[in-house]
Amino acid sequence: MREKILSILEKNSRIEIKELAVLLGFSEIDVANEVKKMEEEGVICGYHTLIDWEKTSIEKVSALIEVKVTPQRGQGFDNIAERIYKYPEVNAVYLISGGFDLLVSLEGKTLKEVSSFVSDKLATLDTVLSTATHFVLKKYKDHGTILDKKEVDEREQFTL
Amino acid sequence: MRDPLAKEVVKLKPSGIRKFFDIVAEMKDAISLGVGEPDFETPWHIRDEGIYSLEKGKTFYTSNSGLIELRKEICNYLERRMHVSYDWSKEVLVTVGGSEGIDVCMRAMTNPGDEIIIPEPSYVSYEPCAILAGAKPVIINLKAENEFRLTAQELLDAITDKTKILVLPFPNNPTGAIMEEKDLIEIAKVCIEKDIYVLSDEIYAELTYKGDHVSIASLPGMKERTIMINGFSKAYAMTGWRLGYACGPKEIIQQMTKIHQFCIMCAPTTSQYAAIEALKNGDDDVKMMRESYNQRRRFLLNAFKEMGLECFEPYGAFYVFPCIKEFGMTSDEFATRFLEEEKVAAVPGTAFGESGEGFLRISYAYSLERLKMAMERLARFVEKLRKEQGR
Repeated sequence: MREKILSILEKNSRIEIKELAVLLGFSEIDVANEVKKMEEEGVICGYHTLIDWEKTSIEKVSALIEVKVTPQRGQGFDNIAERIYKYPEVNAVYLISGGFDLLVSLEGKTLKEVSSFVSDKLATLDTVLSTATHFVLKKYKDHGTILDKKEVDEREQFTL
Repeated sequence: MRDPLAKEVVKLKPSGIRKFFDIVAEMKDAISLGVGEPDFETPWHIRDEGIYSLEKGKTFYTSNSGLIELRKEICNYLERRMHVSYDWSKEVLVTVGGSEGIDVCMRAMTNPGDEIIIPEPSYVSYEPCAILAGAKPVIINLKAENEFRLTAQELLDAITDKTKILVLPFPNNPTGAIMEEKDLIEIAKVCIEKDIYVLSDEIYAELTYKGDHVSIASLPGMKERTIMINGFSKAYAMTGWRLGYACGPKEIIQQMTKIHQFCIMCAPTTSQYAAIEALKNGDDDVKMMRESYNQRRRFLLNAFKEMGLECFEPYGAFYVFPCIKEFGMTSDEFATRFLEEEKVAAVPGTAFGESGEGFLRISYAYSLERLKMAMERLARFVEKLRKEQGR
């Protein structure tokens, strides 16, 4: 039941409980309870909206930053990750396997804002050894959604 | 000049709904619920294997029966999903869609005057294929009160000493009806007792919503008298690839292969390579699509319930078959008015046989958004008709 509820909510967080219950063939009460439980347990962390900012007049720049750090004794990477994710301009922080340690996703108003964040705040942290900043030029697909695709039904009409 | 045409062909009725859909094609904001093919694109990894085969230059004919690897994978699949074992080298023929399998099977098995029993409402090809094969189609009109399942008694009543084949089209297009194991056991008894063969069209086998599909070929004593037709169109959303297969006793498959060899040579090579990938790694895609269809099915049944429209719960394929008899119109009249007044196209049940009168086929191979819009319009239309009738 959880898996099914989540797979629908992940794509459409605005769906009403009543409709969710119809689609899945469960009772409304059961679905409502399960959703509430998952909210309490932190399985469901929020109901966000996927926005293609490109289509608005609001300027936004996003960047992905590879960060190499020195892990601290007893803390590992957690402490430094927390230092970084507390900045509100940071969207996401992931601990990564491979050639660097943390991947930081960042959003700012301008290129300059992002680069000064990196050089003034991020790179100056004690445990940060190096950073590499990648600016996002275009988003094709985000959260499983193709951003520029229009749904066209190409099927011919009279197939039986 | 002499008449250039064959009388039997001219006599065949053209598919009744073509005219209907010509109107839909011209209506700009019409919503169609008429299409009988998945709305999903073929999963990418399957398409990718097709493309890769082209890149590698696999552009030649395959053997008449189909690629060996594909036939082996078909047998693995049928063992895994339907619990029937076939010998890939003698009991499998890869065809151009399930449709070719139906045609070739009827031609390979019937002599002039032999009768083929066809339960209706059902897919529109069986009757013309039977006629073109020189056989005589015998129609069983399935009943709504049996949820459009075939009963042993109906079958017995239709059997004569000329009966050769029973067409078993389940899960069913257009009704969405299925035959469960208990139903099939009764049918199997009759087939064995009366010594008739079964052409089991199981193209919708992967799309059932009440436990797994049971093939009649898996019942004791039935494999040797069943030709199983299946394909990739519905399960893997591969309609345009034109690929299906037939499995059955080797003497029959051998003769079917002969006809196939003369008419078709072999099924499309690119499609065959893609199909291997579908069978090997496509289970999750099927599961995802099945779940999605099932949600839409529940949505529609709930919508009918809310508008007070009678409909039995169908457990297969991607069709629902609501009853519109309360409005005192023919299916054709209802569908035409619904299209003209609300711009929604649904297929009149009569397109699939006389016994479809009083019903409408609604396909749910459409996005939930589209179905929602269509159901709003249907609710409005139904209200309007009830008011007209002073109810």
